[in-house]
Amino acid sequence: MYNILLFAKRELRVFVDTPVGYVVLAVFPATMAALFFLAGSFFAESEATLRNFFTWMPIAMALLVPALTMRMWSEEIREGTEELLLTWPIRLRELVLGKFLGALSLLFLTLLATAMIPMTVAYLGDVDGGVVLAGYCGTFLLGAVCASLGLLLSSLTRNQIVAWLSSAAILIALNLLGLAATARSIPPSLAHALETLDLGLHFYSMSRGVIDAADLLFFLGLTLFFLVCNGLVLERRLRR
Amino acid sequence: MMSPDSSVLAVKVQGLKKSYGSIAALQGVDFEAPVGAVTAFLGPNGAGKTTAIRILTGSLLPDAGSVHLFGADALRSGQDLKKRVGYLPENNPLWPEMTVEETLAFAWSAQGRVGHKMSAVERVVVSVGLEPVFRRRIQECSKGFRQRVGLAQALIHDPELVILDEPTNGLDPLQVIQIRELVRELGRQKTVLLTTHVLPEVEALADRVVLLHEGKKVVEGTLAEVTSVKAGQQQFKVTVNGSEEDLKSMLATAGVTRLESGFPSSSAQASAVVLADGGQEIFEAAVKHDLVLLELAPRSGTLESLFYGLTQAEGLHV
Repeated sequence: MYNILLFAKRELRVFVDTPVGYVVLAVFPATMAALFFLAGSFFAESEATLRNFFTWMPIAMALLVPALTMRMWSEEIREGTEELLLTWPIRLRELVLGKFLGALSLLFLTLLATAMIPMTVAYLGDVDGGVVLAGYCGTFLLGAVCASLGLLLSSLTRNQIVAWLSSAAILIALNLLGLAATARSIPPSLAHALETLDLGLHFYSMSRGVIDAADLLFFLGLTLFFLVCNGLVLERRLRR
Repeated sequence: MMSPDSSVLAVKVQGLKKSYGSIAALQGVDFEAPVGAVTAFLGPNGAGKTTAIRILTGSLLPDAGSVHLFGADALRSGQDLKKRVGYLPENNPLWPEMTVEETLAFAWSAQGRVGHKMSAVERVVVSVGLEPVFRRRIQECSKGFRQRVGLAQALIHDPELVILDEPTNGLDPLQVIQIRELVRELGRQKTVLLTTHVLPEVEALADRVVLLHEGKKVVEGTLAEVTSVKAGQQQFKVTVNGSEEDLKSMLATAGVTRLESGFPSSSAQASAVVLADGGQEIFEAAVKHDLVLLELAPRSGTLESLFYGLTQAEGLHV
């Protein structure tokens, strides 16, 4: 646990030490607020609900989280520090979990920065706190999947932009699987499989305040799968 | 230097093999590094030095062979064995956004050490001369200071074995002298394994030499051993009354390996240093080519001539 925290702390430190961190912390909440209050129909509906705020989250997470994770392995590979890490008395799983915990910390900070949006809505009317909390839990779990996939793809390339683009593309595709399942030419069994794997559909019920064990297991299982793959990539590099 | 104890081995490598696709980087290499000695791992670029070092330090797994550090199997041991090793990789990778202080504190923590962090950092900062840049970011440090930071991170946990991969690579002459002085000082206290292709560095720092070429060990021993003898052969200085071409032709007949031929020669005389089993074949070849042998003198070799001869032997077998 000591090494996991050590690496998580280092990732957090790099984030808050660079201007990029502050840009993310300022731009992301501002963009979400603009989408929710201005681009959406919040004022027209005259209802104190954050439903439309969470509707944007799957796409927002698909774009934001890979930006947080893209440098985490790529930069280690490019600078050659990955070799140094592998010679230190640290287990591969500690390295992977340390980076992942670091990414989750950045995600938490970024989501915390959006708290002004539900606070504003709460100021304007009665908000169901439980629904908001469930929505944020869902967002965090969705973000964890995005972080684990972002880290995996970052570990496969020394180019940060390639890591970001590939992660974002895959995550957007994973959010569109349910839409693809509605095509008439898709057989029902395949359509069901596609819907099961759709990130957005699993998030949808949580964003409405329903926490289902199946959704929780889906997010946690997918996160674990990508983290294990990340560890395998590192192990394979030892045998390159 | 710390007095070497050849009965205790810090490193024992046997039958090490590693290929990258169709390229065989190591082809069954064996070597040893005794505790307390400075062992130089020597060879031209592409000889397999860095591959062997990466296997030793745990950032690469071999295809075959065994690696023992202080008697323990390094390929199967847990993380504890790594704590006994300090490593400065080739190109000295560091985190540019971190300060020198943060880098060393991070390395200390990552080595699994707890407590006395700042006293360890201060100790190593003083020992490698990092005081002027202590609070500076790595990206703001000169290459010489960055190399010192790399050395400091390798020493922060007071390891018993220090492995340095080309520690003076890319430095200016003054920085080279400073880093060599640090390594010399290090050799008085610890077991050091040093890779390099800079021969004066080996002569200045090492007790023992392991020479690699094309993934194979060519020679291993103390500096005195490897510069004087190679598989029963001896170095001779040969001078004849003839041209450079006459000499080359005569040496080809003798079937010896030419090591050096940079001696002043006139149209009347030519000289070379060769590696031969004895003087007889040279004498007989001189007679055959109708050349007068003006000099046939046994010579204690330099590391440079040995390196040149052993790594270029095929091309220069005249």
